[in-house]
Amino acid sequence: MKNFVGKGICTVGLLLVTATVALGASAPAASVKPAPKAQPASTQALPRFRFENFTTANGLPDNHVFTVLVDGDRVWAGTENGLALYENHAWKVYNTKDGLAHRAVLSLALDKHTGDVWAGTMAGLSRISGGRIDTYTQLNSGLSNDVVYGVSIEGENVWVATAAGGCRLNLRSGQWTLYNERNTPMAEIWVYAVSAAPTKVYYGVWGSGVLEYDQKTGRWDKYDDPDGENEMVLFKDQGLIHEIVTSVSFVDNILWAATYFGDSRYDGRYWHNFLTKDSGLPSNFTNTVKGVDANRAWFGTDKGLAYYDGANWAVYRPSLTDGKPEMTVRDAQGRVTPIAVTTAPAHNYVLGIDFQGDDIWVATAKGLSHGIRQNK
Amino acid sequence: MSSRSPVGLRAGAVAGLTLAAIAFFAVAGFTGRTAKAGARDARADNLDYASPLEVMLSADGAQLYVLCQQAGEIRVLDAASYAVIKSIAVGRVPRGFSLSPKGDRLFVTNTWDDTLSVIDTAKLEVVATWPVGAEPSSVVEDRAGKHLFVANRISSDIAVLDAQTGAEEKRLLGGRGASYLTLSPDGTRLYSTHIYPNPSPLRTGLENRTAPESEITVIDPARAVVLDRMPLHAIAGVFHLTFSADGRLGVVAQYHPKNMIPLAHLEHGGAFADTLTLFGADVGKPVEAPLDELERYAAQPFGVAISADKSRLYVTCGGSEMVTVIDVPKLLSFVRTHPRPQSGSFAQDLSASSNYVIARINVGRNPRGVTFSRDGRRLFVANRLDDTLSVIDTRTNRVASTIELAGPKTVSVLRHGEQTFYTARQSFQGQIGCATCHIDSTFDGLTWDLEPDGFGVDIVDNKMLEGVKDTEPYKWNGGNPNLPTECGPRTEKYFWRSENYNSLTLADLTVYVREMPTRPNRWKLAGSELTPAQERGKALFERQVDKFGKPIAEYNRCSFCHSGPKGTNQKIVDVGTKKASDRSGMLKSAQLTNVALTAPYLHDGSARTLEEIWTVYNPEDKHGRTNDLTKDELNDLIEYLRTR
Repeated sequence: MKNFVGKGICTVGLLLVTATVALGASAPAASVKPAPKAQPASTQALPRFRFENFTTANGLPDNHVFTVLVDGDRVWAGTENGLALYENHAWKVYNTKDGLAHRAVLSLALDKHTGDVWAGTMAGLSRISGGRIDTYTQLNSGLSNDVVYGVSIEGENVWVATAAGGCRLNLRSGQWTLYNERNTPMAEIWVYAVSAAPTKVYYGVWGSGVLEYDQKTGRWDKYDDPDGENEMVLFKDQGLIHEIVTSVSFVDNILWAATYFGDSRYDGRYWHNFLTKDSGLPSNFTNTVKGVDANRAWFGTDKGLAYYDGANWAVYRPSLTDGKPEMTVRDAQGRVTPIAVTTAPAHNYVLGIDFQGDDIWVATAKGLSHGIRQNK
Repeated sequence: MSSRSPVGLRAGAVAGLTLAAIAFFAVAGFTGRTAKAGARDARADNLDYASPLEVMLSADGAQLYVLCQQAGEIRVLDAASYAVIKSIAVGRVPRGFSLSPKGDRLFVTNTWDDTLSVIDTAKLEVVATWPVGAEPSSVVEDRAGKHLFVANRISSDIAVLDAQTGAEEKRLLGGRGASYLTLSPDGTRLYSTHIYPNPSPLRTGLENRTAPESEITVIDPARAVVLDRMPLHAIAGVFHLTFSADGRLGVVAQYHPKNMIPLAHLEHGGAFADTLTLFGADVGKPVEAPLDELERYAAQPFGVAISADKSRLYVTCGGSEMVTVIDVPKLLSFVRTHPRPQSGSFAQDLSASSNYVIARINVGRNPRGVTFSRDGRRLFVANRLDDTLSVIDTRTNRVASTIELAGPKTVSVLRHGEQTFYTARQSFQGQIGCATCHIDSTFDGLTWDLEPDGFGVDIVDNKMLEGVKDTEPYKWNGGNPNLPTECGPRTEKYFWRSENYNSLTLADLTVYVREMPTRPNRWKLAGSELTPAQERGKALFERQVDKFGKPIAEYNRCSFCHSGPKGTNQKIVDVGTKKASDRSGMLKSAQLTNVALTAPYLHDGSARTLEEIWTVYNPEDKHGRTNDLTKDELNDLIEYLRTR
């Protein structure tokens, strides 16, 4: 749902311009959509929300919410004790007694064509279709491993990230194809995230960077931190910020990658990295990233929810000192301004993000939050 | 009603063949050679019957369309005179058809070609043939003319096609063996049924033995998404569904197997109940109503039709060779006024049907599809196995006439064998026939506790029959040396509990089972080419050395026990799958023909998938050396097995 920030804040080709100048390149990356003309960035346009929080006190089966998925008016929350569906202002909970693979739901994906929801859990992959749950495990199917960290649907393929490599289920043929150190450049097989599109599929691997699969050629490519496993950056924007990749989001031909040591944006040619020291990111320890388009993205960190509009940043969280609701904005010049707010996401430790029109849903370690857009 | 007996109609040429078969039986004395002789005769005797499976009226009511499965044709008859107007060739083994909302196009699903024939009803010509999914069995166009929905039996899904181009847009998850589609009268909902139970979702500690679960898949045709799944508990085998004209009453025909108890009490109705599930505003929560009565069963219910005034419901019963007539107001009164069991099912009450069944009309052999004439005064019933249509006068509930379709007028060995396979007349009280468990000559996806082994002992998975020819001995433990023994004394004694087959009938039944055609394998590429994964799997199947370089003993190679074109060396072996309830672990090496279709697996159905055979039930490598394989390699092996 891109209309979340569709009113848009300048998508600046600033990143492109910066990178192009820095590297002396003269041509824009072929894979990048033509950037709209740069417009003056305004922190006033940064989204402001009234957050409504859900916990066990108002129907959620558990406060540990790993992931959230929006399907129109319905919202799915993957918690540590079941899969919860919010519909018509009420929660319905699916658990193992209903056929769910495991009570802890780590990842969710929507098949936009059929409306089916796929849930990655600590003990298998479940498909929820019209209320029926079918479960795939490493024992009853070709799934590579039962710990399913990520799932993404593209066409008739279900792409899965597991603790023992990635895999793909072709829904038409029923064939499973496994991706691991034997047939890809994957150095580690602890695959944390996947984002699939008709052109490319990206896997985020814990300790092995980002793997790229070209759907047309069937070839793999690999992106590593040029500094190896050192927690240092010798040259800015030289490549992926770190090997421990926790989340990937491929949108408008742009890859957004989150790591525990900062975040990256890759346009097919140039990398741009985000660290707390040179951006508005509240923490380098990032659990999740979700791109809105080529220039805008949301980040879920251990110190709050962050939004980047291509130039400015906004951070939403309970204050780290007194727990009171807090919103800060950081403009392109690095000036930080507090914004008076009365609500904040349920917790600073953000694990999942999804959009519902102009609204946002946020999965946190202590509840699920619905950010209702105020400045439309 | 057709008064012919199978033998009585035999022409001289066939009689000669039959005598030869009898003579051979006398000489062979129920050995395997008997069946071989029959097979030879049967090939010469494989006549082109029409085999009408479904029947439907044209939009203006002037023509009768008859789907003839064996002929691969749609026969068009004048609905008044029954004169043949045209025969239109379609694909192989058509199963389902429907008209477009305007009535200008007739869509036909061809199960062996995986295609959809589009017939222009003005020209009565096939104007397009579109590729669809695996074993398309039913088709419906939505009211808007935007989408075609096709139920694919093998892929267990409902494909959504562009109604004008046939281009497939997506597939919706159906029940296992998705087969029959019905649009609600107002066109806002599409209902899909399926013939095999859905996989059991949870382990129960009883080696996956759970009561079967089926569903009615409810689809929003406008959005082409699944809205809901109406659960059908303890049901396996769900067929046609229909609505009253006001849309307030939905009815579906189904089998209610009693496979969780020993199959020992046929005399107490202990095998199957033949039932309907009623749903909709008229009944509130769905309720199951039996068709059977104590001394007379309604075996293999299939087609359903409700009269326009909602006074009568007609149900074809393929095994009982009759049409059951239900007084709808009485049926509704019964389900509304009788205390409803907590399960929502009256299936255990053999007195229930006397409250609403008002007639049982004998028709032809294996009645299936059913439809009313436009004025509702006649009901047409397609009798698949004697090439006739019964025309029932709905005012008297009697057969007014029988329409003979063009085709052979003799009953061949194969035909008689197939009639015997489908009829329930042979069993005690006419409760079941071979086809009750072997639905459409396949299987039922269930495990059974057969009595002769002892109660709770030797639970067995129901096997598919395709390709059983030349794979003796039979039974999981190889206890029956040949098909005449399997189909004869064993079946007569333990299943039918009634009279024996005469030798002629048994010979013909055996020939039919032996000659049962094998469906095309959907995992094979054209020619003998294999995909890279299948090639790798084949190498693993045939390997003689494990990954550590150690030789694999001959008996522990896949390709040794599963050798030959059918994938069996026909030997009795112990592959370490004996359960506490089994008397012995010695089992016949199972054939692999179309193995991808036949879940669950192993002799007792304990493996829900092919993967579980090795990931769960092969801890000591007795069922082939597989524990050295990586997960990728096991996946490759399975990809190859699916091509068998």
